[in-house]
Amino acid sequence: MSAPGTAARPAREVCAQLLAELMLADERLVCLDSDTGQFTRVDFGAAADRYVNLGIAEQNLLGAAAGLARAGRIPVVHTMATFAATRALEAVKIDVAFGNLAVHIVATHGGLSAGSLGPTHHALEDVAVLRTLPNLRVVVPADADDAAGLLRQCLDGPGPSYLRLGREGTPPLPPRPSPALLGRAQVLRPIGGDVTIVGCGPRPVRLALQAADALTASGVATTVLDMHTVKPLDVATLTAAAGNDTVLTVEDHWAAGGLGSAVAECLAERGTRVRRIGAPDRFFPYAGEHEDLLERAGVTAARVVAAAHAMLAETPRRR
Amino acid sequence: MSVVTPPRADTAAARVRRRIVQMCGHARGGHLGGSMSLVEILLTLYQDVMRVDPERLDDPDRDIMVLSKGHGAIGLYAVLAECGFLPESAVAGYGRPGGTLLAHPVPDVAGVEAPTGALGHGLPLGVGYALAMRLDEAERRCFVVLGDGELQEGSVWEAAMAAAAHRLDRLVAVVDRNGLQITGPTEEVLALEPLAAKWASFGWTVRAVDGHDRDRLRAALSAPAESGRPTVVLATTVKGKGLPYVEDQVHSHYARLGERQLTRAMAALQQDTRAARP
Repeated sequence: MSAPGTAARPAREVCAQLLAELMLADERLVCLDSDTGQFTRVDFGAAADRYVNLGIAEQNLLGAAAGLARAGRIPVVHTMATFAATRALEAVKIDVAFGNLAVHIVATHGGLSAGSLGPTHHALEDVAVLRTLPNLRVVVPADADDAAGLLRQCLDGPGPSYLRLGREGTPPLPPRPSPALLGRAQVLRPIGGDVTIVGCGPRPVRLALQAADALTASGVATTVLDMHTVKPLDVATLTAAAGNDTVLTVEDHWAAGGLGSAVAECLAERGTRVRRIGAPDRFFPYAGEHEDLLERAGVTAARVVAAAHAMLAETPRRR
Repeated sequence: MSVVTPPRADTAAARVRRRIVQMCGHARGGHLGGSMSLVEILLTLYQDVMRVDPERLDDPDRDIMVLSKGHGAIGLYAVLAECGFLPESAVAGYGRPGGTLLAHPVPDVAGVEAPTGALGHGLPLGVGYALAMRLDEAERRCFVVLGDGELQEGSVWEAAMAAAAHRLDRLVAVVDRNGLQITGPTEEVLALEPLAAKWASFGWTVRAVDGHDRDRLRAALSAPAESGRPTVVLATTVKGKGLPYVEDQVHSHYARLGERQLTRAMAALQQDTRAARP
């Protein structure tokens, strides 16, 4: 999909380095690791005593983070997305979210980005599971710069966050007029198109832009939103962009429960047409890179384009 | 001419047990057995060991107690009332719709540090508290009171490993070893023994005491930690302690006491109080 050599540094590496820098400036920050190997080349310098590897034990990881937060620290927890969302879910719910504690989960290997590591490491449920928890922000940045910017904003705010990153580096998005703001959708193609595509995450947002280019070339003006903050959802921008009554979502997640569901829940009450492009209701035990698996799951620009044309061919209800 | 009855000797433990039984007389009932078994453990912590002050709930230097066995909530409420954290009237409000005294504790209750009740959460929280205390170079300690059945949760052992590996000597676990869980003896449901050897093998200092003997509890809980080692106090207790006809009975786990049962229980506790006279 992307030409070789265009991939940027993985967002997880960028965030790990940023955290080490921020820890020098803010003594409250504590980095809790679950032996991810993410920090083997990171130099924490004077903050080294605030890097704690708690081993391969994610329930204890999240519970310990809550204890640290209750004692006035700001823990940043590193694990893989699926382990935070499922193995440690009760600790996220009870220990972290219930207390509205400033615990920040940096989750790697979101969606199908674990590729050949297989279904045990694919996280196609995390957004669905975690966005149901009160207080917890769910943030899915589209590139490494956004990930760094949004991590900073999460750390500045009260309450807990879940920052979902991929495994490998992905190409940066084209320059945008302003940096990503937590809780605000990025408008990547102007509001007012015939079709609106809402995406989140590195590859889906690029797919949304590719689909928009194809649609525009065929004469269909297309609005694109990067809904990097799935919770709290930017309802104002979403509803403004949904005025054309033709909304598609695209995400690296099961079609059930994730961004598409969040958007559909919001827009259903307005009677807006929504189609969700996400992974179908099954597992993906196939070797392959991230792109291969997304293609197998049908999360492609071509599918978005086809779905958009199909919606436009339906009787327009409100234009 | 009125008869003046001499004042009965009363102990904090006896008062706490009466409060617990009263809460089980509430329409929703309560976890009787496991609350009665931890009375001396919590009283000793709050009255003899921990640095806590009900007038300064947010004191940054306070010691922390996490009731990992959250179903011991009514035992905790009764002790918090005894120690001035909760007004006596609060106990009467247990289970009232809209109130915050639930069957498992939430931090809206004065003196409760963290929500617990889903089992196996307390020791991980304790690991975090103890890490923070060390980073702060504070002379504070974190006590985590666990049920014995609760030790069947894997997260307890994740935390036990982490506490020893990270040399968290500000962390003290107390196991209320009453030997019973909902469906039977722990050793029949999912055996825990040899329990002392298990903790020791995980790198903890183990102290075994009679969990109803406050002098021994005080000594075990107050003794300085071995440097770099977390401490576990295995406190042998009796589920339902104080009510002879429910002591050591599996069915004491949760009780809804009707009026007659409540009267009978209170009478049994009065006898117990008289027996405790010096």
